[in-house]
Amino acid sequence: MAYAKIGVEARSGLLATDRAKVMAIRIAIIVVMLALWEGASHSGLFFKDVIPSIATLAAALVRLLSGSPFYANLLVTAGEIAAAMAIGSVFGIAVGLLLGANPFLARTYEPYIYYFGPTPKIIFFSVLIMLYGVGPGSKIAMGAISCFFPIALSTLAGMREINPVLIRVGKSFSARPRHMVFKILMPAMRVPMITGIRLGLGVAIIGTLLAETKLSNKGLGYMVIQSYNRFDMPTMYALIIVVVSIAVLLNVLIERWSRSNSSDNLGSLA
Amino acid sequence: MASLLRSDRFLPAATGIASLAAAVAIVELLLRAEILNPHIMPYPSDVFAAIPRIIREEAVFQRFLVTAGETLASLVLIVAIGVPLGVLLQRNPLVRKATESWFSALAAAPIVLAYPLFLVLFGRNASAIVALAVIGSIPPVVLKTVDGLAATRKVLINVGRAYSMTRRQIFWRIMVPSAIPSIFVGIRLGLIFALVKIVGVEFLINFGGLGQLINELAERYDLAGTYAAIIFVIAVSMLAFTLTEWIEKWLTQR
Repeated sequence: MAYAKIGVEARSGLLATDRAKVMAIRIAIIVVMLALWEGASHSGLFFKDVIPSIATLAAALVRLLSGSPFYANLLVTAGEIAAAMAIGSVFGIAVGLLLGANPFLARTYEPYIYYFGPTPKIIFFSVLIMLYGVGPGSKIAMGAISCFFPIALSTLAGMREINPVLIRVGKSFSARPRHMVFKILMPAMRVPMITGIRLGLGVAIIGTLLAETKLSNKGLGYMVIQSYNRFDMPTMYALIIVVVSIAVLLNVLIERWSRSNSSDNLGSLA
Repeated sequence: MASLLRSDRFLPAATGIASLAAAVAIVELLLRAEILNPHIMPYPSDVFAAIPRIIREEAVFQRFLVTAGETLASLVLIVAIGVPLGVLLQRNPLVRKATESWFSALAAAPIVLAYPLFLVLFGRNASAIVALAVIGSIPPVVLKTVDGLAATRKVLINVGRAYSMTRRQIFWRIMVPSAIPSIFVGIRLGLIFALVKIVGVEFLINFGGLGQLINELAERYDLAGTYAAIIFVIAVSMLAFTLTEWIEKWLTQR
């Protein structure tokens, strides 16, 4: 029976031959997509240069990565995102810990954070420009507002999942609040907090880059919108490929980090 | 007991609203005392006064319909593409193994940054906004469809087999109904992803519904109007979010 076969495969993991098949499927999909792309590029169905050929794209990628403007702008954007993450995660973790420690505060303010979280934050940008100027300040503020919500909500969720035994241990050793936070709560919440930071970084990257495309004179978002204005499609594709690759890579790395070494934290002892 | 329960809910809600009102009042006072600069931040009282004005003068209702229409079109496409893709992946375990991580990566990728690309491909119009929203919002629907179908309880499938149902019958009468709550979680995530992208891109390219309204008011330096429009958009997003949450609860309770 087909179902039984599916069930067995799902349970026992993949066999070596299956792994080869999975790789073959992946390669096949990539080849087909590249072929479709190349076909579309030469088909004449689109305006000239809208879908550049793979060779043109590769050349643009090499040109982008071998020129200095890219690295200068990358540095600007990375700095903005780092500052945004620093501000957003300090506030997010503090709010998460506070609400997690006090059920009344959680019932009072959690709905606001929860329902505010999924609203589009970029609409605040016009207000942030007036408050923090057209420079990096408004981009940092944009990123910080974006990442605050997932970090606060993940920290709060993490507080709720902590094994009460750990907190009782802390109390019976009459740990000070500082020690409770740094020696017990934060180690026990390692995984949800890293999840919060991973999600937060994702939205901080989006917030900061979108803000740069709207109004700025530096950064990768600015480079994207400049190449759009010049109708330099290959460069725009190259930029988007690089930015998306960096974002996905960071996401994967943080996820690995949250899975690794989880045996040496207190949470797993519980 | 009942009164205790009610006060248990009432007090936090009242405190929440009271602290919101207090925050607004403090901002108003700081602006009146010119500790905050009233040229870059409007008086909250002016913002509230501006709400009826923008509703009356800025065609907010039509704009709402434009944004809602784009969201609905995206939603239809997201479901029409995402659910069958999820079914395909669930039925072909090898394809699923090969591509599931790609869909997760796509869900985390800042696709919305490619909006200039969509402007070039589709022109500066609603189809560019919808296309971007669809591509960026399909992954959660695919992943949750796969999860839901794969999590069908073995007992239920065995019951189907005991009644010698065909593979097709087992799929449609057993697996799909049991997966609906999970699929709906995916659709709801997709809807939220789409709404955020739609309003965001409307704002960024100054085209369409509610997002454009904020941009226009800001460019006119109508501070009170800008804040009022932001409040309005947030209210709409919260409403959409709450509505889908209710539907999800209703579906999972059945």
